Amino acid sequence: MNQLAHPTIRKFDAIIVGAGGAGLRAAIQLSESGLKTAVISKVFPTRSHTVAAQGGVAASLGNSEEDSWQWHMYDTVKGSDWLGDQDAIEFMCRKANEVVVELEHYGMPFDRLENGKIYQRPFGGHMSNFGEKPVRRACAAADRTGHAMLHAMYQRNVRANTQFFVEWMALDLIRDIDGQVLGVTAMEMETGEVVIFQAKATLFATGGAGRIYYSSTNAFINTGDGLGMAARAGIPLEDMEFWQFHPTGVAGAGVLITEGVRGEGGILRNSTGERFMERYAPNAKDLASRDVVSRAMATEIKEGRGCGPDKDYLLLDLTHLDPKTIMQRLPGIREISLQFAGTDPIKESIPVVPTCHYMMGGIPTNYHGQVVVTKDGRHDAVVPGFYAAGECACASVHGANRLGTNSLLDLLVFGKSAGESMVSDIKAMPAAHKELPQDGSDLARSRLARLENQQSGANVHEVQLAMRRVMQDHCGVFRFPDMLAQGVTKILEVEKQVMVTEIRDKSQVFNTARLEALELDNLIEVAKATMVSAEARRESRGAQAREDFPDRDDANWLKHTLWHREGNRLDFKPVQMKPLSVDSIELKKRVY
Amino acid sequence: MATVKFRIYRYDPDKDEKPYMEDVTVEREASDRKLLDILVKAKYQDDSIAFRRSCREGVCGSDAMNINGKNGLACLTDIDSLKQPIMLRPLPGLPVIRDLIVDMTQFFKQYHSIKPYLINNDHPPERERLQSPEEREELNGLYECIMCACCSTSCPSFWWNPDKFVGPAGLLAAYRFIADTRDQATSERLDDLEDPYRLFRCHSIMNCVDACPKGLNPTKAIGKIKDLMVRRLV
Ligand SMILES: Cc1cc2nc3c(=O)[nH]c(=O)nc-3n(C[C@H](O)[C@H](O)[C@H](O)COP(=O)(O)OP(=O)(O)OC[C@H]3O[C@@H](n4cnc5c(N)ncnc54)[C@H](O)[C@@H]3O)c2cc1C
Ligand code: SF4
Ligand code: SF4
Ligand code: FES
Repeated sequence: MNQLAHPTIRKFDAIIVGAGGAGLRAAIQLSESGLKTAVISKVFPTRSHTVAAQGGVAASLGNSEEDSWQWHMYDTVKGSDWLGDQDAIEFMCRKANEVVVELEHYGMPFDRLENGKIYQRPFGGHMSNFGEKPVRRACAAADRTGHAMLHAMYQRNVRANTQFFVEWMALDLIRDIDGQVLGVTAMEMETGEVVIFQAKATLFATGGAGRIYYSSTNAFINTGDGLGMAARAGIPLEDMEFWQFHPTGVAGAGVLITEGVRGEGGILRNSTGERFMERYAPNAKDLASRDVVSRAMATEIKEGRGCGPDKDYLLLDLTHLDPKTIMQRLPGIREISLQFAGTDPIKESIPVVPTCHYMMGGIPTNYHGQVVVTKDGRHDAVVPGFYAAGECACASVHGANRLGTNSLLDLLVFGKSAGESMVSDIKAMPAAHKELPQDGSDLARSRLARLENQQSGANVHEVQLAMRRVMQDHCGVFRFPDMLAQGVTKILEVEKQVMVTEIRDKSQVFNTARLEALELDNLIEVAKATMVSAEARRESRGAQAREDFPDRDDANWLKHTLWHREGNRLDFKPVQMKPLSVDSIELKKRVY
Repeated sequence: MATVKFRIYRYDPDKDEKPYMEDVTVEREASDRKLLDILVKAKYQDDSIAFRRSCREGVCGSDAMNINGKNGLACLTDIDSLKQPIMLRPLPGLPVIRDLIVDMTQFFKQYHSIKPYLINNDHPPERERLQSPEEREELNGLYECIMCACCSTSCPSFWWNPDKFVGPAGLLAAYRFIADTRDQATSERLDDLEDPYRLFRCHSIMNCVDACPKGLNPTKAIGKIKDLMVRRLV
């Protein structure tokens, strides 16, 4: 393993780790500004999981009915159960029209209205006039919005001549003693070669980590690598207890059925055929916020009104919709239902259960996409050279619960703003790169060496399965005090196994066993952060629903958690209640 | 519990002199529906079996392979539809990196060669460019391509001339932009394809249509490009 001893160094102005929506949006900014940029991705860009997004991207274009960014902002703050930072939320909602129109200019094939404008559909939690009634705000390309968007942005990057390193896996961050980030070590899958990518600015856009749960809508590659790398480099992770369980994953398979289905008129029913959401959210009904619908479903199942032989799922009914609507607006959903549930939604209801879907927490950033930590009593100290955007970042616009279609918006807005910050920060830096620390690649190399030499260790698949089970059983839709406490102990036991995983495959050529072992190193950091934060937060807010503390507790818990890997400990920072230009949205009880 | 039998193409240039077929048997659980479910289990038994996969729902295009002689996505193929032992080989016509993983450079090169991006040199308006629902509908059956390469690697013309013939996926993409009312480069695009190889190696054998797991029809798109070329001559 000589190549490990002295990794080659490649110098760039900027590197972007991740070529999903957030990474590609930032890359457009950097490439078009002429900076020397490398985009590193585990998979070919269009295979990133943004491709799976279905329902739409939020923007108050008002193409079908009156809408405004202030209403969108109100909905987002309320959706977040007031844990979202109002400066970042205002920034996002105000920028929405601009970034969505840009996408259209890049060539995104949005569906259209008769007047030629972008088609918009209703989505959960998006309302007009400060929470009055559902509004059509989700801009959609059928039920393939993420696919259309990711391809359009990849295409724009082809035009801009962006330099991609495809099927390279970033292993660890490089930070010097001043705490400045100077790049990453990464491995080329095809050859096993390890290289240092040195840069003045490094952006993480590595996406989600839904694979910590047993049942998830997330792709195999969503393993929280960015969070693992950040945690190992001493960066805390914010609000990790908040995971969104999407109401409608196909029972058994986990594959997502977009909320757009309910936006188009789909209805959830229990075993008696009742439209039970009328009881839980009289106003918004099936289009209440996701945490609300998922809890209602879990309650229905718990109280014995689930469907099927084991009474363990509910039904999503579309049979009353015009088949033409299904064929035209939801063709992908029909395909998914036929493929993974074996039912044709035109004729039969789809069996669904709440399924782990989205990570609200992540690497703490400000709304410029710069990573921030607590230093000298300030909570907004920028980590020089380090940026994060998309699902791996926590700006925080989603707080305790994300609204559907706000994530695709998040990655556009913050992908762009991170790109812009990088361009201006790089221009303000000296022309020469800062010197790399001697031990810059030690961490990555020692992890590889450990794997190479491990004997009589633990099986990667078994350890991964154990982790996912613990997370599912101890940290799900409803959270119980004893289960959380046990969960913390259990997840630390799993961690011991992660430290001694062994692979049999020792090949240098496209060694996928090694990749999975390295991914597990990242997953476990995310799992620990989640369990520890959930155990500590003694209240119910958004996606965190504690049996022992059923209410929101603003007096004690209106604050963000920050999990530190070192010492497996937490500290906190205040929520930014002050928007940029408008009045603060005052705390209120959250009802739909 | 039933078992599933495979014969898998194995080749690791790090240790194998030449490729071989390996027999693999996997226990199947009731929840295993798709070929990918079972392939992932095969990897639990032997972690050296190498293949690409990500979304497991037919949208990312990672896990294209040759399944019982036909190209398809493992994640969308029902186990029950397959005769056993299931013969798994890498996509034909591309260099093999390892096991079921092929080098797709040539495939992407062809995609990139058609300028796969919207070309419109007008100053962008403040708001979205307008497009009627009918105009937008012209893009259906074109924009959904997931670049899995099932089509191009089942096309004899692509096997013989992967460096010169754009292939069905690339041509489908070319037509996607030609068909877009917002794109202004139709005549340049047609000029670029007016070539004995780039477009005209397609002999309408339709293998590509058969192979596409997304039900797209590259042959039809190619036919439309050819029509446009004829039409601009008269
Ligand atoms: C099924 C599904 C449907 C959804 N539908 C919607 C919707 O309709 N609307 C909405 O707003 N949101 C939706 N979401 C959420 C949204 O799609 C995601 O949050 C978002 O796409 C994430 O984008 P991203 O750019 O942050 O990450 P991703 O698209 O996941 O990209 C991550 C990138 O990082 C790379 N990467 C990761 N680790 C490494 C590493 N170690 N080295 C190198 N590269 C690495 C990957 O290769 C990939 O390119 C949906 C999510 C799912 C799962
Ligand atoms: S129709 Fe044309 S592109 Fe399709 S397989 Fe035949 S020769 Fe290839
Ligand atoms: S046309 Fe079909 S087979 Fe060909 S790359 Fe696209 S999705 Fe795959
Ligand atoms: S794994 Fe994505 S297409 Fe099969």
